[in-house]
Amino acid sequence: MILELRNVGKSYSTAEGPITVLKAIDLRLARGKSVALTGESGSGKSTLLHLAGGLDKPDTGSVRVNGRDIGQLDDSGRARYRRLEVGLVFQQFNLIPSITVAANISFHARLAERYDPNWEAELVEMLGVAHLLGRYPEQLSGGQQQRVAIGRTLAARPTLILADEPTGNLDEATGDSVLDLMLALSRRANLALLLATHSVRLANKLDEKVVLRGGMISQ
Amino acid sequence: MTAAAFNVLFSHWRYRPLQLVTLIMGVALATGLWSGVQAINAEARASYSRAASILEQADLSQLIARDGEGIPTSVYARLRRAGWQVSPVIEGNHRFGTTSVRLIGIDILTMPEEGRGFAVSGSPDLVAFASGQGQLLVSMNTAARLQGVTQIPLRISPDLPDDAAFLDIGMADRLLARNGVLSRLIVAPQNPGLPALESVAPELVFKSGGQANDVASLTDSFHLNLTAFGFLAFVVGLFIVYSATGLSFEQRRSTFRTLRSVGVSLQSLTLMLLAELLMLALLSGVLGVALGYVLASTLLPGVSATLRGLYGTSVPGSLSLRPEWWATGLGMAFFGTAVSASQSLLRLWQMPILASAQHRAWAMASNAATFIQAVGGAVLLGAAILLALLGHGLVAGFAVLGSLLIGAALLLPLALSTTTMIAQSLSRGAFTSWFWADTRQQLPGLSLALMALLLALSANIGVGTMVSSFRQTFLGWLDQRLAAELYVTARTEEEASRLRDWLPGRVRSVLPVWNSEGEVLGQQIQIFGVADDATYRDHWPILLGAPDLWDMLATKDAALINEQLWRGSDVGLGKMITLPGGWEARVVGVYSDYGNPKGQVIIGLGSLIAHYPATAKLRYGLRVEPERVDMLRRQLVDDFGLPDENIVDQASLKRQSRVVFEQTFAVTGALNLLTLAVAGFAMFSSMLTLSGQRLPQLAPLWAMGLRRRDLALLEVIRTVALWFATFLAAVPVGLLLAWVLLAIVNVEAFGWRLPMTVFPFDWLKLGAVALVAALLSVLVPVRRLATVNPADLLRVFANER
Amino acid sequence: MKGSRIVHSIVACVMALTPLSEVASQGFAGLASGAEGFDQPRRGNQLSFPQDHGAHSDFRIEWWYVTANLTAQDGRRFGAQWTLFRSALAPGDKPGWSDPQIWIGHAAVTSSERHYVSEKLARGGIGQAGVTTTPFEAWIDDWNIKGRQGTSQDELDQLQLEADGDDFSYSLALATAKPLVLQGDNGFSLKSASGQASYYYSQPFYDVQGDIKLEGIDVTVSGKAWLDREWSSQPLATDQTGWDWFSIHFDDGSKLMAFRLRDNDGGFVSANWISADGKTEILKPEDVRMSPSRSATVEGRAIPVAWRIEIPSRKLSIQTEPLNEQAWMKTTTPYWEGPIAVSGTASGVGYLEMTGY
Repeated sequence: MILELRNVGKSYSTAEGPITVLKAIDLRLARGKSVALTGESGSGKSTLLHLAGGLDKPDTGSVRVNGRDIGQLDDSGRARYRRLEVGLVFQQFNLIPSITVAANISFHARLAERYDPNWEAELVEMLGVAHLLGRYPEQLSGGQQQRVAIGRTLAARPTLILADEPTGNLDEATGDSVLDLMLALSRRANLALLLATHSVRLANKLDEKVVLRGGMISQ
Repeated sequence: MTAAAFNVLFSHWRYRPLQLVTLIMGVALATGLWSGVQAINAEARASYSRAASILEQADLSQLIARDGEGIPTSVYARLRRAGWQVSPVIEGNHRFGTTSVRLIGIDILTMPEEGRGFAVSGSPDLVAFASGQGQLLVSMNTAARLQGVTQIPLRISPDLPDDAAFLDIGMADRLLARNGVLSRLIVAPQNPGLPALESVAPELVFKSGGQANDVASLTDSFHLNLTAFGFLAFVVGLFIVYSATGLSFEQRRSTFRTLRSVGVSLQSLTLMLLAELLMLALLSGVLGVALGYVLASTLLPGVSATLRGLYGTSVPGSLSLRPEWWATGLGMAFFGTAVSASQSLLRLWQMPILASAQHRAWAMASNAATFIQAVGGAVLLGAAILLALLGHGLVAGFAVLGSLLIGAALLLPLALSTTTMIAQSLSRGAFTSWFWADTRQQLPGLSLALMALLLALSANIGVGTMVSSFRQTFLGWLDQRLAAELYVTARTEEEASRLRDWLPGRVRSVLPVWNSEGEVLGQQIQIFGVADDATYRDHWPILLGAPDLWDMLATKDAALINEQLWRGSDVGLGKMITLPGGWEARVVGVYSDYGNPKGQVIIGLGSLIAHYPATAKLRYGLRVEPERVDMLRRQLVDDFGLPDENIVDQASLKRQSRVVFEQTFAVTGALNLLTLAVAGFAMFSSMLTLSGQRLPQLAPLWAMGLRRRDLALLEVIRTVALWFATFLAAVPVGLLLAWVLLAIVNVEAFGWRLPMTVFPFDWLKLGAVALVAALLSVLVPVRRLATVNPADLLRVFANER
Repeated sequence: MKGSRIVHSIVACVMALTPLSEVASQGFAGLASGAEGFDQPRRGNQLSFPQDHGAHSDFRIEWWYVTANLTAQDGRRFGAQWTLFRSALAPGDKPGWSDPQIWIGHAAVTSSERHYVSEKLARGGIGQAGVTTTPFEAWIDDWNIKGRQGTSQDELDQLQLEADGDDFSYSLALATAKPLVLQGDNGFSLKSASGQASYYYSQPFYDVQGDIKLEGIDVTVSGKAWLDREWSSQPLATDQTGWDWFSIHFDDGSKLMAFRLRDNDGGFVSANWISADGKTEILKPEDVRMSPSRSATVEGRAIPVAWRIEIPSRKLSIQTEPLNEQAWMKTTTPYWEGPIAVSGTASGVGYLEMTGY
């Protein structure tokens, strides 16, 4: 099992008092599988992804990745986890503006010391961004940026990909093609993919579908 | 509606108090330094013009002798009898003991009220002023100094400048031994129908009143210097304001959007923002003027010491609140705020109502700007070189300085950007490569602060090098110049004559220090006579001269001139100059004469006595074995009866000279340091501004597995690297600046040229100070980054921003 | 006895520069202050000319004083004054700028509409002001009185006067064939009961021809002039505060000089009747009655501008009226001095001077 959430709860303190975003979540994700996480705005999809990505810590329960509870790791441990085991894809793409597309794609892999030119060349080929390598992120369209972001994530060979509304800023056609590409690539690399989306149509493309409602998983 | 909208706009500052403080501090510091410097200048200028109008009656027209020799009293009487309303003045320097005072002898009966030099409150009664023992009208300070050294009754007139005394013309005639030769005639408003001056007194020329006086033009260079520093500091301060206003606009974009979408027009939004800026400018302007007042009050005693030391002018150490500086200070605050905010306001106008609130990525756009700036910089540097080669005069000198500094500053961003590009291409790892790329991307936001820093650092290195070079040369020169072990001044000619009889046998040699005054090459200067003594041959600091110049001086009609006179005229070695009285002497040498604003001539003692028999023979330098100095001093006091205050030893003279020297540059040093501090603050506020914009850029890196403290450390390294690069750039710029100061500005301003000496240890000290400032400037932003709440980083990834 | 006028000179100097209150405590303008080191007038001393036309620098104060009553061809009347005062800070002469002598010039022209005044100050010893005797010349700056060369007996018989000021100037030729008049006891003129005195002589018989120029317009005038010469060292007693002084040309050619020194008591009166041939008669003080008949406000003070003078022994009862009530000499020491017309048992013209008001 790549990702295993057990009884995970998370609340935030706000000016009006604590808000419970997640309560007792149980979720499992195996290698090669893709799971769609759906639910309305504010249902806790992003929070769940942040917990799984080691960006945040759960209040209760455990988040295990490859058998290790990442909630127990310290700051450095979680940074190492993010660097080596997980890939994050965001709605806003979050490319690094100061370096070229090529440097962006290889960046995470180099940080993880897993730079593999062949694999990267293959990715670039499949993503169809070969002609963009010398450009800077701001010179790309939204679809192109998201392809680069996916390339950056896959180039580092994570075992788990977490995608938060990756097509949210794209039109339907572009979004579909980007999602198809992402699914194809993660299957090819035999990765686990957890994707948050509010679109049922997109969710249906994935292996499984989980609905979040009121901080709980409802079938 | 407007009130509500304004309230919303203004609430920003409640959330960002530090930004508010930065903005206000920026304007206040810029205004403070500017108005402080202007306050000093205004005070000094007022005091010169007061001194000129009081001492030289500069507001009134005057008649002076065509040949510069003085005016016989008979010419005065002739003019009066022809109906000319003129009033005579006899003036000159007179020594009371060791205190030299400028005597201005006036005829109170004919002097127009404006020329009397004292208000009605200080008017003497005629009998006391003009008869019997007479009276000296002096300032409080001068009275204190003259207490006990003169028998003449003193009367205090608060309007008078220091070191000057008004007295009756009859007594001035006696004290200065002029035998009725007048220095000049003041011209009162005339009745019409007078005979022409040429027909009554062809030997006189008319000089109309209100012309710029000597002192003011003499000290122009000093004030230009201060103004340049003030302006530099002001510009540096504006960088702070620019970044703070930019940030406050940037962060309120979504607020602007909201306000406009609920129906606030662009005009009223702009008006509200203008009103806000106006309030802030007023508040910080007032703070700045207060700061300027404090600064000027603190520096003024130093400035007046400087002016006294360099130019012999007297400026009071207290400051008055003159509208010419506080009003312009406030004006500069408004102006500066307007300039700094104009770009942001313009952007507001161009912004569509629903523009995205995303931050801009201006790296690409600014490449072109950087290049254009660099071209401008190169052009300025070229202009500086041309001006240095071809230009003349003080203004050209300062233009070279300005072009050099601004040109270098404009080139800096390109230089840094090129450096980071090279560093990026040389770096292997993705991470270091990213680091340099990212640094380069930060440059546009930091370049203003870095340019400010470059200006401040180069100014420090340049002025520091100039002052240190000056100090080294000056101290060496003092050792040469002050060769005699004791300097004594007799109180009267009779005492001087006794002294001349008493000294032989008690000292190795007696060196008369006698001088006359007169016009040479159009300047009113002092003419010294020197004895034919080995002391001069061994010690006198000669710059240029024939090997046998001392023999020629002793036996022939020969003269030495000081460097100032030499540089200011076309008189070279071997040429003849005409000395007062119409005789000619051959120039056989040029000597250095630092600290003296005027020209000077040295002739043989025999020539002095022959041509100027009326010269006072009161002062002497005495050569004695160093171990006998104290004993001789005691004998002079106890046996001979000379007051102790009329004896000065070499060591204390040197000490005084050194004190004057250090004071002279204390102000420059203080301004230098303050400019550096402002540049540091500019850097700090830029870092703070950027750190707010940095989170979106850094959050993905954090998501990819970098720790917050890694990111913070990188920011520190980046800042230090940029500071270091700027510092490296500042060294050559500073050295060039020093060269310009020493080789061009000083020659124009003071009339002497000094050899340049380089003091790398000073740079190290400055580098250390700069490093500390760098670390301080980055401290707050970095602390913030290192401890940032992950929730803030997560917000970057939130789907709605 | 313009003795009192002395006042001006010292006054002018001292008042220019010291507060009035200090002056008041020393009699008018310091004239009553001590005379240490200065020479004193002595009764019986014979005046000799032309030497005594010149300056007496051992005395504290001295003046050369000319007043003229003038008439234009169209009948308009004018008055002209030319005065040179000498005031010594110390007795004697010294060369150049150390000379202790101070010279003061006053010039005035009076018309019925306006009173023109000018003042000049100068130091002695340098040629800016002074007096020479042969030929006679008294000057300060470009004002002067010059003796004209002629067949005259005395250096003062033929004089040319020049002076100018803001909006006025004049050039007058004075001539007489009559002798000088010694005032008081052969030139020794007593100024108080306690013995203060001066040397005093006059030339009251001048006929005048000349031009005056007022605000750019030349007027040719003729008339009569009076010259007074006086010097002393302490002419006033400490309790004397000022004086009223008359010089009158009667139509029949006789002249009257009369003054009253005011004090806290009845004052000190002195008068001299000069007949047309130059013979003088000293009048008894009790025989001269002078009383103000009308006051006017001049420069904010009440000044008696019209007078009644009675001399019973000569059956004289006259009334004086000023040509211009506002004849105020706005000099450093201000006083009233202007031309008058005389009517009554005899008629004529003259000058009135009043100080200490």
